[in-house]
Amino acid sequence: MPFLHIKNGRVIDPASKRDAKGDVFIADGKFVKSPTPAQKKSAQVIDAKGLVVCPGLVDIHVHFREPGQTHKETILTGSQAAAAGGFTTVVCMPNTSPVVDNAGTVTLIKAAAAAAPVHVYPTGCITVGMKGQALAPHGSLQKAGVVALTDDGLCVQSNELMHRAVEYAKMFGLSILDHCQDESMTEKAVMNEGVVSTRLGLKGWPHAAEDIIVARNIILSRYTGAHIHMQHISSAHSVELMRQAKKNGVNVTAEATPHHIAFTEEALGTYDTHFKMNPPLRTEADRKAIIAGLRDGTLDCIGTDHAPHAPEEKDREFDYAPNGIIGLETALPVCLDILVKKSKFQLSHVIDLMTRKAADILKLPAGTLAPGATADVCIFDPAETWLYNTYGAFSKSINSPWDKQNLTGRVKTTIVSGKVVYQNGKMLV
Amino acid sequence: MPWHRKHLLTIEELKRSEIEQILATAGAFRRILDRKVKKVPALRGKTIVNLFLEPSTRTRISFEMAAKLLSADVISFDAAASSTTKGETLRDTAQNIQALHADMIVLRHAASGSPLYLSKVLGIPVVNAGDGAHEHPTQALLDVFTMREKLGDLKGRKVVILGDILFSRVARSNIHALTKLGADVTIVGPSTLVPHWFESLGVRVSHNLREALADADVVMLLRIQHERQGVSHFPSIGEYTSMFGLNYTRASWVKPGAIIMHPGPINRGVEIDSDIADSDRSVILQQVTNGIAVRMAVLYLCAGGQPEAVTVPVT
Repeated sequence: MPFLHIKNGRVIDPASKRDAKGDVFIADGKFVKSPTPAQKKSAQVIDAKGLVVCPGLVDIHVHFREPGQTHKETILTGSQAAAAGGFTTVVCMPNTSPVVDNAGTVTLIKAAAAAAPVHVYPTGCITVGMKGQALAPHGSLQKAGVVALTDDGLCVQSNELMHRAVEYAKMFGLSILDHCQDESMTEKAVMNEGVVSTRLGLKGWPHAAEDIIVARNIILSRYTGAHIHMQHISSAHSVELMRQAKKNGVNVTAEATPHHIAFTEEALGTYDTHFKMNPPLRTEADRKAIIAGLRDGTLDCIGTDHAPHAPEEKDREFDYAPNGIIGLETALPVCLDILVKKSKFQLSHVIDLMTRKAADILKLPAGTLAPGATADVCIFDPAETWLYNTYGAFSKSINSPWDKQNLTGRVKTTIVSGKVVYQNGKMLV
Repeated sequence: MPWHRKHLLTIEELKRSEIEQILATAGAFRRILDRKVKKVPALRGKTIVNLFLEPSTRTRISFEMAAKLLSADVISFDAAASSTTKGETLRDTAQNIQALHADMIVLRHAASGSPLYLSKVLGIPVVNAGDGAHEHPTQALLDVFTMREKLGDLKGRKVVILGDILFSRVARSNIHALTKLGADVTIVGPSTLVPHWFESLGVRVSHNLREALADADVVMLLRIQHERQGVSHFPSIGEYTSMFGLNYTRASWVKPGAIIMHPGPINRGVEIDSDIADSDRSVILQQVTNGIAVRMAVLYLCAGGQPEAVTVPVT
């Protein structure tokens, strides 16, 4: 593995409060402070002039569909999409087929992940079969290597079971990730309940159904001390609940997705299934509240909820199409546009949300350029405008609302454990 | 003014002038229905497929009748015996129908937005015969046609739509049509079926029947659609009827000359009592007849006909 010298770039590492032009050195897969003369002489130089050099991005919410639905995505193709988007660490949801409620499936995923160009961490289920009826073997799952527990899109409906789940998982040091949805309020719902659903005649998913579960989880976290992470917050009221909880020192965290900060329910006006997701896109007030939550730290990180679906599954009547969009290859430019350009966030703040803060939620060894840390790097041009075309992109699926859109901010190089895995549009491993 | 639209998908997208064009064309076709020989050759040689993927009796028959009176060949699609039950997608079903050289598809579908989807997939005209809880444009057109027949200009007329608004495509299409024609629309019913979101469509929302019915020129009743309600939106049919059913007493609250409408099928004794449904104020059966004329107009225009070309002498 060659010694790497990244020079001339704007180095942003919020974890070590670094934001200045400078050098980054990598030896044997780790960051080093300064090279020896011999290392410097033999170094492979990456010129990052005009570019930003930051820790590899971290996404704690992706779906890679393996095992079971590899026509949508595999761990390899999903990881390649991640690398192309500047991500070096991703956490996979367990709603595969079979679901990850046993150690054997974890082993299978880890074996596939070993060949992936980025670090892939599995999660396990909270309940057996994600059915919300009996606890999955959290201890065995942890031993097999999961980094958190979640029933993903199937929020545990029983308060008692959720209570016991967070209590039990805490014993193994595992966080619970929760998709907050009271299903009794959202049966057959396909979009946000409100003015637009009324006009379109589509069944509405009221934000109260999210708020109730967020409130429930805050109460359970406070009661047990367990860490609960709220996935893809979509409502202003949920943001407010989180703000109060954090003020009270409750052990909860939350994420926002690029699509919930970029779009509102108005995008569904033509029944385009590429805007159908769960939780649904909501109002402008909700969108602004999510951005405000990211600004003041109420929401901790960005998670893409990268959810690949085959074209024929999305190409149908709105009611019958599955929820979800892909997002790994577009997350950085979208966040640069919405947060930096339009909402005047500091660039280092956005990088923090996509690196250190995301990693810290699950205590993952990632998110910094500090000497001694694993050398995961994202080098991007914040000013380059490019045409995103899902055909020819790395994800196996094409269900993106940004397809054929011009995006600004492009990943040039991705380095994982000191190895260049992606550069200038090409996957190198 | 020439007619430019290939499809009829929603009332929302129509301009007032387009609604007027359809109504004027329907007026001409309505006169045909009073002749001894009701058939005209306007769509001779055209094949229209009624793709009804959701149960319907009166709308399907009405479209069939309309197409036949225009001399078109009509094929009605039986959803229960179709390939859709074998898992074929709507796209494939419709593209096959197009490949069989159909000239137009009339679509009834349980999913909102399906006609718009199909219009993007096909090269032939698509007419929306009801999509989920979204729109039922020809029903609204026949409703306003009937109102104008009875009341003249609708500007400033007070129209009350009573019942299950939330799940009603008829309500949505009527709201768009009536507000474009200048009527003053109030929707009324239990708060769970008449949510405040509807105010964004330019109507008044009320849960007070007496207040809403006062001075009404038109009372349009809607069927309680149990099949669309995932959970109970009101305690019982009995409670609904006792609170919102149109009976003799409540009908007396509207002003003399007001008309009572219902898109059917009616639930006698639930949303409307029989003596009101069968009274001389009721125009329910006129709506059905006018529906043929309106659908003839829509099929004719979407097939490329022009409003001014329809001249029907009274015989």
